Amino acid sequence: MSGVNADDIERRLIVATQRGLPLVPRPYHALAEELGIPAEEVMQRLGDMLARGVIRRIGAVPNHYAIGYTANGMSVWDIDDEYIHAIGERIGALPAVTHCYQRPRALPDWPYNLFAMVHGHSRDDALREVESIAALIAREFPGACRGHEVLFSSRILKKTGLRIAA
Amino acid sequence: MSAAHAPAALDDTDRAIINALQGEFPLCERPYAAAAEALGLSEEELLARLQRMLDAKVLTRFGPMFQIERMGGAFCLAALAAPEHRYDEVAAQVNAFDAVAHNYRREHALNMWFVLATEKPEGIAAAADAIETATGLVVRRFPKQREYFVEMRLKA
Repeated sequence: MSGVNADDIERRLIVATQRGLPLVPRPYHALAEELGIPAEEVMQRLGDMLARGVIRRIGAVPNHYAIGYTANGMSVWDIDDEYIHAIGERIGALPAVTHCYQRPRALPDWPYNLFAMVHGHSRDDALREVESIAALIAREFPGACRGHEVLFSSRILKKTGLRIAA
Repeated sequence: MSAAHAPAALDDTDRAIINALQGEFPLCERPYAAAAEALGLSEEELLARLQRMLDAKVLTRFGPMFQIERMGGAFCLAALAAPEHRYDEVAAQVNAFDAVAHNYRREHALNMWFVLATEKPEGIAAAADAIETATGLVVRRFPKQREYFVEMRLKA
């Protein structure tokens, strides 16, 4: 895929779908009409964007509070740089962890370089998960973790997702 | 406590829809009909339930989730410490930026955490700087250095 036109159509597809797919029986045809291209091309391009990872997935994005995950804890960890990737891979693979990233420290007051999002049906639930992560690191990588905190979210202030200008 | 905290009243069919449709939505002429059939529902009922869950904010969206980095764009986690007496004002100032994709209140000295998403990598610094100007507060930037795992599906 190359050329200005191809990129332009993809960009217009993003603008047309970033708020959501049309809730009509033939949503890709509705998009095709809006963009002035054939419906087959809409489906083919969306499939291609999925294959390339430009689209992670197509479907429902739940509000995690509304489906019962009332405790959303961002656990942050100060991990010895030597073990950061091994521990990141290990923690990211745990079922309770939905996102896991290495991020830069911001010393002196932010020593944390590993972020792992933990969702639970209660704070106790989420805290138990975090404590089991701490125990796992202490057991498998003794001395590699110098400290951690959990930042619970108490309110969703905005959750719109990507918005690029038309 | 805000309304966002109360788990919504969902029946088993709603839960089945949420669990089945967090990905792999079909690319075909009548995708809702195809998805509905797999769930033992009619197309009309699936569309009506999706609309109801969107209206009730059980779903924040139904559609593609974009990974803008794969199109040359960028994401960046950022945080600031908003004084309590200005909290709602600062939240409104931050949320007014289209580049702010999500924003959460968190219990910490850094009490507002948001994700910036821009079409070009240089848009991140521009957005963070503009938020500093609008709020008069320092925006701490936490770009990801490595992604170990991302799975946004949650069982309802």
